[in-house]
Amino acid sequence: MSTTPSKTVLHPKHLEAGAKMVDFHGWEMPINYGSQIEEHHAVRRDAGMFDVSHMTIVDIKGPQAKAYLRYLLANDVDKLKVKGKALYSGMLNEQGGVVDDLICYYFADDDYRLVVNSATREKDINWLNKVAEGFDMQIIEQSDLAMIAVQGPNAKEKAATLFSDEQKAAVEGMKPFFGVFSGDLFIATTGYTGEAGYEIMVPAGDAGAFWQKLLDAGVQPCGLGARDTLRLEAGMNLYGQDMDENISPLAANMGWTISWLPEEREFMGRTAVEEYNRSGKEKLVGLVMEEKGVLRTGQKIKVEGGDGVITSGSFSPTLGHSIAMARVPTPVGASAEVEMRKKWVTVKVVKPSFVRNGKKVEH
Amino acid sequence: MSNIPSELRYAASHEWVRPEGDGTYTVGISEHAQELLGDMVFVEVPDVGDTVAAGDDVAVAESVKAASDVYAPIGGEVVAVNEELEDSPELVNSDPYGDGWLFRIKADDDGEFNELLDAEAYENSIDEE
Repeated sequence: MSTTPSKTVLHPKHLEAGAKMVDFHGWEMPINYGSQIEEHHAVRRDAGMFDVSHMTIVDIKGPQAKAYLRYLLANDVDKLKVKGKALYSGMLNEQGGVVDDLICYYFADDDYRLVVNSATREKDINWLNKVAEGFDMQIIEQSDLAMIAVQGPNAKEKAATLFSDEQKAAVEGMKPFFGVFSGDLFIATTGYTGEAGYEIMVPAGDAGAFWQKLLDAGVQPCGLGARDTLRLEAGMNLYGQDMDENISPLAANMGWTISWLPEEREFMGRTAVEEYNRSGKEKLVGLVMEEKGVLRTGQKIKVEGGDGVITSGSFSPTLGHSIAMARVPTPVGASAEVEMRKKWVTVKVVKPSFVRNGKKVEH
Repeated sequence: MSNIPSELRYAASHEWVRPEGDGTYTVGISEHAQELLGDMVFVEVPDVGDTVAAGDDVAVAESVKAASDVYAPIGGEVVAVNEELEDSPELVNSDPYGDGWLFRIKADDDGEFNELLDAEAYENSIDEE
């Protein structure tokens, strides 16, 4: 571990905007620019932007790129037939735990792009290389790209003011979970907030100017604090909290990302995850607490099936009360007991999804 | 460096105290404390009429990041609480020494106030953290 934190190319822009910086897994990143709740609301109501340049972008190219990814990922890249289409997947170890979660973009059977987490960069690269043995393909890390996520109901419109005519045409009518190269940019309709918007990859040298133009277009800079409450409201997992190498994707609400068919497709961790599917006991649920107080990550909870743990807990700025995700043993009833500051409180158990496109998810 | 008004006294646990000149003292948390905690989401204040001793945990400041106990810097009777915080906990962030006050105590012993840290001593205590 290096003792000096890494900095993204946008670091000076964060300081210029008065960001409070924190060490995020070896990266000095903005936690907020004043108020993380205001930043959260900007994304739900208008448009906010996040520096996600610390994330790892890896291109997979070569004759066996597809075969490799069909073995590496629990989801099946064979589903990807349209150029630019993206897929969310976990990559599992032999024990069926989650090495990381990622987004995979398809361009051709010999050309894919992966975006993996920053906190796990070294581990992921090692794992990609290990699994690649025997496959005829290349793993090419793109470290000269910055990435900016622009999210919110007005995000696309505001971002488009920076686009060339060619780029505007390229994103015209693009559905969610697609990406397209246009000019110097890679523009994708992905995100981590539950709102519409783009994740835009931009050459590192242009990133500062691009960020400034977004700022001038009225996009609110948002830090990791707002990013965490937004993704939690959207019911999206955070690697290292809601799942890790020792957790089955089936115990992390990621069952939908596993392609069981075709049965003859071998993928890393398949045997273990099949076994978990037969006998596994844990699942990830959502919790809602409408009275005062905030559910916190790491708190113990009790359900019918026994003791569980809150994997991500926070205050929901959109709903005005606390929400959480918790990994619990089945069976799970309609409520759970949480130990809050020395007393036990009853909270509601729901599906782990709370806010979508600015609106409360009714359970 | 955060703002530490020199006309207030402080507890090492980050409460500030302002004498109102009538034997009552207003209490809040310092700008430094609210910066550490981040955006407030709930503030629980004591009940008017409660009798408290110096060092008792009497209120809770709960932010997006953590719940933090607030201690009575001096002993006495709680004579007023900031009811605005029920709907607007963010006042603690936006105006920690003004509209973001928490409660007011009628002191049993005015001497306790004089034992609190002055601005300089509080600043030194922050620097040592």
